[in-house]
Amino acid sequence: MIKLTLNGLEVSVEEGTTLLEAARFYGFPIPTLCYNEGLSPYGACRLCVVEIGEGPRAKLVSSCTYPAEEGLKVRTASERVLRARKMVIELLLASCPQSKIIQDLAAAHNVRQQRFKQEYEDCIMCGLCVRMCEEQMMAKAIGFRGRGEKRSIGTPFDITSEECRQCGACMYICPACQLRCTYNEPEKAICGACSNLSPPCVEKEQFDDMMCYMEPCVACEIKTE
Amino acid sequence: MYKLTSLDDFKQLQSRLVADQDPTVPVIIINAGTCGQASGANDLIRIAKRELLQRGLVQRINLRVTGCHGYCEMEPSVLIEPRNTFYPRVSIKDMARIVEAVDKGRVLDDLLYKDPATGESIEKLEDLPFYRPQKRTLINRNQKVDPIRIFNYIVVGGYSSLLSVLEKGDPEAVVAEVKASQLRGRGGAGFPTGLKWELLANQRNGQGKFLVCNGDEGDPGAYMDRSVLEGNPHSIIEGMLIGAFGTGATNGIVYVRNEYPLAIKHLIIALRQAREMGLLGDDILGTGFSFDIKLVRGAGAFVCGEETALIRSIEGLMGEPRQRPPFPIQKGVYGKPTAINNVETWANIPVIFERGAKEYVKIGTEGNSGTKVFSLVGKVRNTGLVEVPMGITLREIVYDIGGGTADGAEVKAVQTGGPSGGCIPASRFDLPVDYDSLTEAGSIMGSGGMIVMDEHTCMVDVAKYFMSFLKDESCGKCFTCRKGTQRMYEILDDITRGEGILDQLDLLEELALAVKDTTMCGLGQTAPNPVLSTLRYFRDEYVEHIVNHRCPAGVCKALITYSINENCDGCHLCFKACPEGAINGEPKELHVIDAEKCIKCGACKSVCKSDAVVIT
Ligand SMILES: Cc1cc2nc3c(=O)[nH]c(=O)nc-3n(C[C@H](O)[C@H](O)[C@H](O)COP(=O)(O)O)c2cc1C
Ligand code: SF4
Ligand code: SF4
Ligand code: SF4
Ligand code: FES
Repeated sequence: MIKLTLNGLEVSVEEGTTLLEAARFYGFPIPTLCYNEGLSPYGACRLCVVEIGEGPRAKLVSSCTYPAEEGLKVRTASERVLRARKMVIELLLASCPQSKIIQDLAAAHNVRQQRFKQEYEDCIMCGLCVRMCEEQMMAKAIGFRGRGEKRSIGTPFDITSEECRQCGACMYICPACQLRCTYNEPEKAICGACSNLSPPCVEKEQFDDMMCYMEPCVACEIKTE
Repeated sequence: MYKLTSLDDFKQLQSRLVADQDPTVPVIIINAGTCGQASGANDLIRIAKRELLQRGLVQRINLRVTGCHGYCEMEPSVLIEPRNTFYPRVSIKDMARIVEAVDKGRVLDDLLYKDPATGESIEKLEDLPFYRPQKRTLINRNQKVDPIRIFNYIVVGGYSSLLSVLEKGDPEAVVAEVKASQLRGRGGAGFPTGLKWELLANQRNGQGKFLVCNGDEGDPGAYMDRSVLEGNPHSIIEGMLIGAFGTGATNGIVYVRNEYPLAIKHLIIALRQAREMGLLGDDILGTGFSFDIKLVRGAGAFVCGEETALIRSIEGLMGEPRQRPPFPIQKGVYGKPTAINNVETWANIPVIFERGAKEYVKIGTEGNSGTKVFSLVGKVRNTGLVEVPMGITLREIVYDIGGGTADGAEVKAVQTGGPSGGCIPASRFDLPVDYDSLTEAGSIMGSGGMIVMDEHTCMVDVAKYFMSFLKDESCGKCFTCRKGTQRMYEILDDITRGEGILDQLDLLEELALAVKDTTMCGLGQTAPNPVLSTLRYFRDEYVEHIVNHRCPAGVCKALITYSINENCDGCHLCFKACPEGAINGEPKELHVIDAEKCIKCGACKSVCKSDAVVIT
């Protein structure tokens, strides 16, 4: 067992536990976005940062990936953490305001405005879909390509993947939702799953009263240009 | 080449090679690293060879083709041993004369370097103002060895450090010696190398530890690692062999970016030669010690220099950093304990064992021992690789070695540490160059890039340039690094176009601090440095852009106008140079620029002989 302090509380956890798991187990809430219990942690969204260490050596780390260490002093809601978290949410809101999950996060953390140029992006590169496809669906049909600004998600060579069995899991787990759900252009969908699985969404005009099964999807409402 | 099977074999070979040397035979040395070749060294080599053959001098004069000597501004240059006569910027037509002069034992005064201050000729390399204040212990070896000839390296004492280590046969003493040398990693963070090796030596989990040489070198403008890999690959091999003996590692990897074809070629040759001679592989020199080195080519992403991304790249995966801990020392390449060191760090190892740690710590300052190679570039007269003892001041580097700016403009700042470093203003040039002082000043040592900026450099534009580099080179995993760099770029771009507002400065700072705090690897954590350091030292320049819509340095195109003043003598040159036809005026009359048409390319300013084109 490893002993550490969480917000001043001395606790012990099993070796290999992450700080996020430890904190949640002991009842300290930490918001997450790219974390899912059924998938391996990845550390992409940086929402789950906590402060560790003391004095000038104190720093923020992503709790979903950082392993519990003997004697570690962890603060899950210090001023520095809260400030950083708000900036993460502000950046999310600036890029992907149509996501219900991000809207809820903003509301919960009292982020009322964002000060950047508004974008409407399809994807926050959280990697949930990639991990879902690989680890739960055992398909490995999609992955990351490129780096920096040009990073994107897709199948090799952008052609419909033979590995994909159109299970729709990637769409189900996506917090930004729009990438898979291409509304009236199903041929542009990466895995093609939506054309198989959600005809109501594709032919929305005819099925006005029906929503996509991937609730809460509001993407089609917003992206109309 | 035959295989050496014992330590005595090696000693015999070495003494035979040394005995065969005749120090009175003159040697023509042409440096043909990538920089040398780009400025025409290959032509000089061809002519030198032809002259030597035609004049029948092959027995009397030797020719040595080497890597870079550091003074890139003066390339292609030729050096003549044993006098150390230095001929800068040698043109093709002069090469034959040089060969003739060497044969006659003469020095060609008209081709020598002229001191810009006094106008006097300087003959010897070590007397040049560029070299005099330097303390060269690594780069000076480049001129002594032809990188593709292992015998060259052995003659000048190469592999002797390895020999002494193997003779002693005490791995712990090796680690202790490196610890005593106080060597700190040259890759940027300055982690004590001895400590890293000790940690690796103490790792007991499983067989097959790895040593890695990090030759990714992705900072724009930095090329010291390239010049060592190109010019002296055996020093890296020797360093890694010593490291392997000390730490018990059995596998070595040299990771070089594929954009360094010459370095890769020389390394492949050097590795093959070392293997054929029994200096690499199983049972090295009959001592039972085994170690081999593999070369891995990187695809050239800045982030692949980061340790964990480097490991993934070696494994054939996408170069994307991961959470540390576990550190590479515990779990590295293929899950094995791994120590990663920078090229220059490895090159220092043979030097430490040759001189002894006691002598080595005398170079530099307390806690910052040894020398550091910087690539000095930008608005400075003498660009090139400079190797200086740690603790030297920035002023000495910029003015004494660099010679100040070429046109006498005032130096404004120096950017150290590449894209993730910061700008240090001229007012702080008395700062000693070491890991701790630079960090305190808001920059970092980094791997050794040093860009000099003068009054014609706009600091907002500089920050914007680095941010544009980083937004493309971030791996993109951390949302705050990927988006944060993009958003910082966006704000900086607004400011340089005169569309910024003062509130954005606070937002910029807030964002920069958040990016520093919330990112996973060193790239994101240092990415805001260019913004933070320019905001810290040059905030007034930002404000000037925002409030007065003026770029004080005259760089930001949206904020400047070109006009022609009464100095114009109507030479009509600018009229012909302007690609847009924006200049009106008859010959011998005052010319006028049509601001509507002007695209601010600066063509007119560069052709005007009367200094009549002004930027406001
Ligand atoms: C974004 C980034 C890029 C890096 N690039 C390099 C590099 O090009 N070469 C290098 O030696 N170290 C680089 N490093 C530092 C390495 O991660 C590592 O610290 C270093 O290779 C360790 O060697 P040392 O102890 O000899 O300095 C980089 C680090 C970061 C965060
Ligand atoms: S629909 Fe295709 S890409 Fe998406 S998770 Fe299933 S197999 Fe993977
Ligand atoms: S498509 Fe959705 S789940 Fe996949 S990385 Fe983007 S935001 Fe995450
Ligand atoms: S900080 Fe930037 S480069 Fe480093 S892992 Fe995160 S996104 Fe990638
Ligand atoms: S939940 Fe930890 S980084 Fe996304």
